[in-house]
Amino acid sequence: MIEKILYPILSLGGMGLIFGVGLALAYKRYEVKLDPKIEAVREILPGANCGACGYPGCDGFAAAVVDGEASTSGCPVGGTKVAEGICEILGVEAELGEEMVAKVLCQGDIEKAKDKYTYIGIEDCAAAAMLANGPKACNYGCLGLGSCVKVCMFDAIHINDKGVAVVDEEKCTACGKCVEACPKNLIEMVPKRNLVQVTCMSMDKGKDVRGYCSIGCIACQICVKACKFDAIKIEDNVAKIDYDKCTNCMVCAEKCPTKAIYANFEMRKLAHIDEEKCIGCTICKRNCSFEAIEGERKVKHNIIDDKCTGCGICAERCPTDAITMEVKERVVKM
Amino acid sequence: MEYFNKLILLFISSMLINNIVLSRSLAICPFLGVSKRVNTALGMGMAVTFVIALSSVITYIVHYAILVPLEIEYMQIIAFILVIATLVQLIEMIIQKTSPTLYGALGVYLPLITTNCAVLGVAIMNIQEEYDLMQTLVNGIGVSLGFTLAIVLFAGIRERLELSDIPEHLKGFPIALITAGLMSVAFMGFQGLIK
Repeated sequence: MIEKILYPILSLGGMGLIFGVGLALAYKRYEVKLDPKIEAVREILPGANCGACGYPGCDGFAAAVVDGEASTSGCPVGGTKVAEGICEILGVEAELGEEMVAKVLCQGDIEKAKDKYTYIGIEDCAAAAMLANGPKACNYGCLGLGSCVKVCMFDAIHINDKGVAVVDEEKCTACGKCVEACPKNLIEMVPKRNLVQVTCMSMDKGKDVRGYCSIGCIACQICVKACKFDAIKIEDNVAKIDYDKCTNCMVCAEKCPTKAIYANFEMRKLAHIDEEKCIGCTICKRNCSFEAIEGERKVKHNIIDDKCTGCGICAERCPTDAITMEVKERVVKM
Repeated sequence: MEYFNKLILLFISSMLINNIVLSRSLAICPFLGVSKRVNTALGMGMAVTFVIALSSVITYIVHYAILVPLEIEYMQIIAFILVIATLVQLIEMIIQKTSPTLYGALGVYLPLITTNCAVLGVAIMNIQEEYDLMQTLVNGIGVSLGFTLAIVLFAGIRERLELSDIPEHLKGFPIALITAGLMSVAFMGFQGLIK
């Protein structure tokens, strides 16, 4: 009886051993020395093989980077951390890309946006979009059927309980899959440091937008006038923020009558003057667009917390680096 | 002489009449996957030929020298896969050393020869048909040359297809599958070769 168990184990085990030794010997003879740099780069890559870099998997990207074909910041998932690591291995200067994150530019949930019909069908935005541009009265709205959720490999995008997609910034790796998946082109890559977005893509006239959505951009120009940095323009009946010019002062979001401009007020900064370093030069006072700094020449300056919007211009201009920008608990005036 | 004739007939039948891809529908994965360029298709064909030829002989020996005396024929598939996997590892090393270009071109399909059903199919067929060692070798080489022939012809057609004006929705795999189907119909013409 025992041999019935022993024979297969011994024979197969023996074969495996012989083949294994054979392969080991063959490996000695046919060993190929890979560029150790490729292996080192491969080590620090995320290893999700998502293909967002455009190469077949992380191995392909590692080989391409070492060959000099791909950019060191070519891995959107790894971000700056991986880019720095790669640069260290290759011994080149880091060409740091701006860290990006996906944003869904629609907040028209079931409470705020009207429907034009009830959609019963395949749970897929592209399918729903084919029926008269989808069930939403707004032709530019999030359909909330989760086509973006399905393609996200990092569990970073979800449909909230009110039926619009929301990106989890912590988990988002900026791979860009959801951007491609959205049939309404509502998802955009924005710089991570940017805290203000126009969350509406409706190119309809303001009056029409008002008719079907309470949080849509009505192109009223209030934000354009409110922006002290010339960073907002109305194009095709919708406000657009120039992220290079935006200073995160969030004034536009405060002024927006429909709240179509979203700003993360919890992350709003506040200027703080280090009294030891301040020499009373009034440069900051003159540069502040919001009259939030008071103080006479040769006297230590003061920030008026209520007026400061956290744009950071004063900190940039201060010749003695006496101003620091900090995220502080503050009473949000809406 | 009788035996020699039999071997030639076996060779022709395994290569053309019972072509592993086009009439038995095995090894479709590499057939569709590595048939975009004639050069890589030929490389793949050669790799498969090497693996099948060696594995059919080794599995024959394994079967009659180990499995049958110990009465553990039910371990056939596991034992055969072990042999095949080892051979694939070996050929992967050899190709990586001798031709990095071919290694890159074959890509993931090279280790996938392990799961190429043609390789295991031939090994099991040899046992089922009760071939002797010589017939096993001839059958193995015949089948793998048949595979090479099919994949190289197919790659040739696909290279031309890329330049042709194909309806938008048929581009890529759809037209490749239609081509494969037509080739398989064409290969049925070899049926009358042996009476």
